[in-house]
Amino acid sequence: MRTNDVMLQTATKVVTFIILMFAVHIFFAGHYTPGGGFVGGLLTASAIVLLMLAFDIPTIKKILPINYVVLTAVGLLIAIATASASIFFDVPFFTHAYDYFDLPLFGETSLHSALLFDIGVYLVVVGVTMTIIQTIGEDE
Amino acid sequence: MSLVFLIFIPILAALFIPLLFKRLGQIHTGWFVLLVPAALFFYYATRLPSVMEGGTYVSEFSWIPSLDIAFVAYLDGLSLLFTLLITGIGALVVLYSIFYLDKHREQLHNFYVYLLIFMSAMLGVVQSDHLITLYLFWELTSISSFLLIAYWYTRDRSRFGALKSMMITVFGGLMMLGGFVLLSIMGGTYSIRELIAQAPELAQHDFFIWALVLVLLGAFTKSAQFPFYIWLPDAMEAPTPVSAYLHSATMVKAGIYLVARLTPVFALSEVWMWLVAGVGLFTMVWASFFALKQKDLKGILAFSTVSQLGLIMSLLGVGAAAYHVEGAADTYLKYAAFAAIFHLINHATFKGSLFMIAGIVDHETGTRDIRKLGGLMSLMPISFTVALIGSLSMAGLPPFNGFLSKEMFLTAMLSLQEFNMFSMDVWWVLFPIIAWIGSVFTFIYSLYFVFHTFAGKHQPEQLPKQAHEAPVGMLISPVFLAALVVLIFFIPNLIGDWLVKPAVAAIQPFLYDSPQNVDIHVSAWHGFNTELFMTLGIFAIGGLMFWTLRKWQHLYDLYPDSISLNRLYDEMMLLSDGGANRFSRIYMTGFIRSYLVYMFSFMTFIVLLTLFLNEAFQIDFSNLAPIGVYEIVILLALVGATLTILGSKSRLTAIIALGAVGYSVALLFVIFRAPDLALTQLVIETISVALFLLAFYHLPQISRKEERMKFRFGNALVALGVGVTMTLVALSAHSQKAMPSISEFYKETVYKEAGGGNIVNVILVDYRGFDTLFEIAVLGIAGIGIITMIRLRLTKKEGQHENK
Repeated sequence: MRTNDVMLQTATKVVTFIILMFAVHIFFAGHYTPGGGFVGGLLTASAIVLLMLAFDIPTIKKILPINYVVLTAVGLLIAIATASASIFFDVPFFTHAYDYFDLPLFGETSLHSALLFDIGVYLVVVGVTMTIIQTIGEDE
Repeated sequence: MSLVFLIFIPILAALFIPLLFKRLGQIHTGWFVLLVPAALFFYYATRLPSVMEGGTYVSEFSWIPSLDIAFVAYLDGLSLLFTLLITGIGALVVLYSIFYLDKHREQLHNFYVYLLIFMSAMLGVVQSDHLITLYLFWELTSISSFLLIAYWYTRDRSRFGALKSMMITVFGGLMMLGGFVLLSIMGGTYSIRELIAQAPELAQHDFFIWALVLVLLGAFTKSAQFPFYIWLPDAMEAPTPVSAYLHSATMVKAGIYLVARLTPVFALSEVWMWLVAGVGLFTMVWASFFALKQKDLKGILAFSTVSQLGLIMSLLGVGAAAYHVEGAADTYLKYAAFAAIFHLINHATFKGSLFMIAGIVDHETGTRDIRKLGGLMSLMPISFTVALIGSLSMAGLPPFNGFLSKEMFLTAMLSLQEFNMFSMDVWWVLFPIIAWIGSVFTFIYSLYFVFHTFAGKHQPEQLPKQAHEAPVGMLISPVFLAALVVLIFFIPNLIGDWLVKPAVAAIQPFLYDSPQNVDIHVSAWHGFNTELFMTLGIFAIGGLMFWTLRKWQHLYDLYPDSISLNRLYDEMMLLSDGGANRFSRIYMTGFIRSYLVYMFSFMTFIVLLTLFLNEAFQIDFSNLAPIGVYEIVILLALVGATLTILGSKSRLTAIIALGAVGYSVALLFVIFRAPDLALTQLVIETISVALFLLAFYHLPQISRKEERMKFRFGNALVALGVGVTMTLVALSAHSQKAMPSISEFYKETVYKEAGGGNIVNVILVDYRGFDTLFEIAVLGIAGIGIITMIRLRLTKKEGQHENK
């Protein structure tokens, strides 16, 4: 028997983008309002999981040909690089820096080295969650 | 350039090796590597003239200032001598390896990276004045040696030998670290120079003898002294350039270096002198005796190296006796330290060339089994000449440098008669006798090595390859070393002034202010004295025994393998391996529920105990927030969902109920105004339900007729305990505030100093960034773990470690 997924699939096509947008928002908002790399990463992962549930893993792998293990490694590298960058400025390991900039379109924006670290966290969370789910899901 | 950075040049060069190997594979990578030790050698050689005058160089780089740990390069006579050996022999060995290792078949990038790491490590060992960094480099030599021995890692014997050397030398290294820590506690400093300055006070300390024994364990394991020498013969599985470099000329001499360097600290103790001299001499005679049992060319050389290291060690021990004699500089005792350093140089030259010849024979005939070899004299005339020079020098014949240092060795041993401090009148006699016996066997195995390989009958049918002379490039290094062997015999005093005396002055600073004061003149002929007659005796008896070697060599086979030290090592490895395995099996059942029981019961126990001991049970219901309708409803749902999980017959129901528990908790967070937590909890819950559904697919069907699970009293107790503990902790935590809450601090600083608004996230990325860093690292590891468990599932494949 073949189950009918039309409803789920149609909804997913829209909902996924909403979740992804929300994830991006949550990620950037994190420093001032609820959110951050960890939740952002989880949300992104949940969007991809939703896709995988609605369609199937081979299809999604074709659309998003991402090696999640590499993604995890890149995230870890970014995190460690951010943390250790401070020693080149002769301040202790893991010292963050921030300042306010006037950017076109955004207006006055605070740019923070913690954001880079958070990108690392984000990538690791997405990478690991998807690695786990994909590996278990593909297992026969 | 600052000396301390020069130590790291080889390791920095190693970074480029893989690139050079990949991009410029047409040119043998060794040519690039050769530049490093050669350049360093010439640079350090320019320091010789001033060091010869007694000058020293110090250069410091602070590494961990808060712990007072620094890289300190200290260059005096002793360290410069070793530095020159490391870079000089290093250059020759690299040159030799270019022809020994084929650029198409071998993994050159691995080889040279390890070799360069070793070079840095070894330079660090001999130049460090700081005990902790000395230890660091010391272990790095063990690690690089491990990697180099296991270079042909598909061979069983290589891996075995690598592990064995690692186990033994790292054991010694750890002991040595203990000794270093004791020294620093006693002296209040890590600096060797400062420790030497306060040596007399140190000798009175209670820890002194412990520090001494521990440091010696490190030196003896590294320098392959009895009973730790057993790793060295097995280390011969390494490519021959490695054996020539690490296991004969440099690394195994690190122990000698350490003993020499710390002699001024420890020599005031007679225990030091007895241990170093006694163990050294015993090692010398033991290893020279068993060298004749060996059938493998490199095996003979390995035992001979052990024996020669013992010889140098014993000389250092006798040299320490000079600290106990008034006016030692006027007695024959002064020869001991000089002879030790002189023989060290000589040994590096002749043993280096012999190893290279063994490699050439192996390379050109395909075997190192001395029973199959023979008659190569006419086929490989140059190799034969080099081997002859090296062997005769090792045997102690003139006109080679080994003769000079062997004579001095005997002089030093005889000089012990002048030493009647510890009522030595009976015991001193033993030393020259044992030394003489050892020398006889040294003489025999030297001849055995060269003549059983190159003389006798050629057996081409036994050899895997058609024997022929090695290519010129391969011969350069051994010929150069052999030339040195002869040259040193004719200019011993030049070598003495340039290299040996500055080193001796560093070993015995209380005796000599500067290298010029070392009043020793080496000469090949010093009349008819006891030493000469002993030497003639060695030649006569040794020659006679070599002549009849074939008649009595089989006696060695009577020695049973079952009571050897190697057997002891194997048994110990089996015991620790198997024992640990058996112990783990007792509690590692493979069921998650067992592990949960361990964890929860331990956690309950420890938390309750802590609460009890600190009298922290306090329950105070004042100051509670009012309970609203929402909370009650959510809590009821929570409890209801939990009960559903326990009671449900179907897994799907249980999973959905579990999700309900999670979402209820998220709602609670919302009510208590923790949006961050609520958000995270919601997403986590969603994803974990998805995961459960995935895993659910793989679980076996619950059979319909499954019996009810038995009630287990123990498990119930643990469950109850966890619940009670958590409740108590929560209530007590609420009821008392031992310290003001940290949240005030966060509120104050979050905007001013961290430039953020959301405390939770700023804590994650900034205040406690370390935690997050480690957490994501753990996450990554967990991901890899799941991949290995599922995708690379261990099927029972036979012969995974098969030899290629």
